[in-house]
Amino acid sequence: MLNAFAAQSITLALAVAWAAWSDDRPDLFITALIALTLKGIVIPVALHRTVARLGIHREVEKVVGVGAALMVGLALTGLAQALVLKVATGMASHAREDLALALAIILLGFLMMIVRRNAVTQVVGFMSMENGLILAATGARGMPLVVEVSVAFSVLISLFVFAVFVFRIRERFDTVDLEALDRMRGDGR
Amino acid sequence: MIHAYQLVVLIPYAAALILVAVPGYRVGAAANVAAAAATFAAGLWLVVGEGVVSDYAIVDEFNIVFIAINTLVGFTTALFSASYIGHEIETGRLSPSFVRFYHAMFQAMMGSMNLSLIANNIGVMWVGLELATLITVVMVGLYRTPQAIEAAWKYFILASVGISLAFFGTILIYLAGQPALGEGVPAMTWSLLQAAAARMDPAILDLAFIFLLIGYGTKVGLAPLHAWLPDAHAEGPTPISAVLSGLLLNVALYALLRFKMLVAGQPAALDPGPVMVVMGLVSLIFAAFMLYQRRDIKRLFAYSSIEHMGLIVFAFGMGGPLANFAGLLHMAMHSLTKSGIFFAVGHIAQAKGTQRIAEIRGLSVTHPRLAVVFALAVLAICGMPPFGVFTSEFLILTTTFAREPWLALLPAFGLLIGFGALLMRLQDTMFGEPVGPAHRVSASSVPMVLHLLLVLAAGIFLPPVLVAWFQRAAELLG
Repeated sequence: MLNAFAAQSITLALAVAWAAWSDDRPDLFITALIALTLKGIVIPVALHRTVARLGIHREVEKVVGVGAALMVGLALTGLAQALVLKVATGMASHAREDLALALAIILLGFLMMIVRRNAVTQVVGFMSMENGLILAATGARGMPLVVEVSVAFSVLISLFVFAVFVFRIRERFDTVDLEALDRMRGDGR
Repeated sequence: MIHAYQLVVLIPYAAALILVAVPGYRVGAAANVAAAAATFAAGLWLVVGEGVVSDYAIVDEFNIVFIAINTLVGFTTALFSASYIGHEIETGRLSPSFVRFYHAMFQAMMGSMNLSLIANNIGVMWVGLELATLITVVMVGLYRTPQAIEAAWKYFILASVGISLAFFGTILIYLAGQPALGEGVPAMTWSLLQAAAARMDPAILDLAFIFLLIGYGTKVGLAPLHAWLPDAHAEGPTPISAVLSGLLLNVALYALLRFKMLVAGQPAALDPGPVMVVMGLVSLIFAAFMLYQRRDIKRLFAYSSIEHMGLIVFAFGMGGPLANFAGLLHMAMHSLTKSGIFFAVGHIAQAKGTQRIAEIRGLSVTHPRLAVVFALAVLAICGMPPFGVFTSEFLILTTTFAREPWLALLPAFGLLIGFGALLMRLQDTMFGEPVGPAHRVSASSVPMVLHLLLVLAAGIFLPPVLVAWFQRAAELLG
């Protein structure tokens, strides 16, 4: 799972680098570099360590079965393609494909956050969404670098926040399974 | 030469950096108040000063309303928190090092919100809102109790998803603006996008608005996406509840309204009005019913915030100069009243040592002065005359009635339901045999009285200058 995320980030870095080279926009190389180092290496390694330290390898709980989740994932990808191809008629074909792919990645990240009830997998789902966003941002030709850098920056902060919470959840509940959280409804219903 | 619009962002950020290094909560609290006062002064300077349109910043009649409210409530909340947080240290709920962190975070949050408000770039605006959100997540989890962590986690997940969707919408807006404005920074600049709205790609604009509505709508607390809001309000420190309800919801709403202006500028795109009317009404009526089941006093008022945000979104969805004017006025009144109520709730929670409504009884006997202020504030938020909330609610209902008589029944119905619930709870807390402990309240009551007086003054007499100002802002909204 974490390896899949790392692979996704590295692919993203390659895609961005290719866009930088083919569109002749050297500033995009910085974005690619951030994606490669931060999301391809630093974050997966950090998360691997967290997982090892907490010993939660076998704790992946699913709300929906694998088959059903796969079907929904396929349907979402199809939806993203159909929607973007229908809406974005006036755009260049490769930009359109980029956007469709990005939307699919965002929706899949969303799906991952919904079907896995584990704090770490939700983190990964969220960052997968962020990857989709960066793909969309680079696909949009000429989008200023300012924004991309700040996205990377905010992802870094999110990781920090996530890490703090994952540890705190662990500290309080002896598990990172979010079912444990659902027992505490402050309103006493 | 530094301009005032830079100051409203720079002062809080600089203060955050300094506050991290300040030991001792008394000095920290005083510095926090001083910084908030300086920011408020800069905000006032902006109000009287000229508008600004540069590459990255914009100050016009519309966002100056938001900036004024933001800096004012930021200042009064800093005042309130200075006395409130001292009590939290005495009771041992917070350690001094956490308070240092808290003060720095408070200023960083104010700076981020102001950044979002003055940004003339849709990307920068998004960054400001995201930063403010992440900071409030940390603040909500500040007490580190299981409930606080659950609330913060829920808030974090929902808000991040919302904000990611909003960013996708932002990218789509950029794509929609590209044919008209070319590549690069211009297609992300408000003022230019606004001017070129009619030449933007309508199909992409539609898609973008849907993403933005869901994304920023999550942050506004609109009904199907509101789940984070009551928990985050209930578990964080009370000054943060006040800022969440009074300010952060407004900033998200501001972003949404800016995009509404864009979409409205392209006749071929979908009409954002009806969508907003429906979402607003659903939130309003849903929250009004939810009010009846609340047992936690902060949750109660969090649902009341959802109710009022619903009404405000409804008003802006109706559109037109009068409804927009009423919506803006209601937003200002709600910010002031609701943060005032949260100040009072903070006092009550400290006096009784609990937030459970069932354990708060007989306030009128044990704390008569606090009880009077709290009762007046709750009556004000219920929309009783002569408070300002009455004026704005009355305006929203009458202008709706004049245009769509049947439609006006729904918000009126929702408000009545909410009114009943709040009144019932108010009675529970006010009268009856006092139960539980009755501590002396050390927190300052100046901020809540000040807010209440402002709302009262606005209800009795709205100065023509203010009316003219809000009217110009409402016209910009179209």
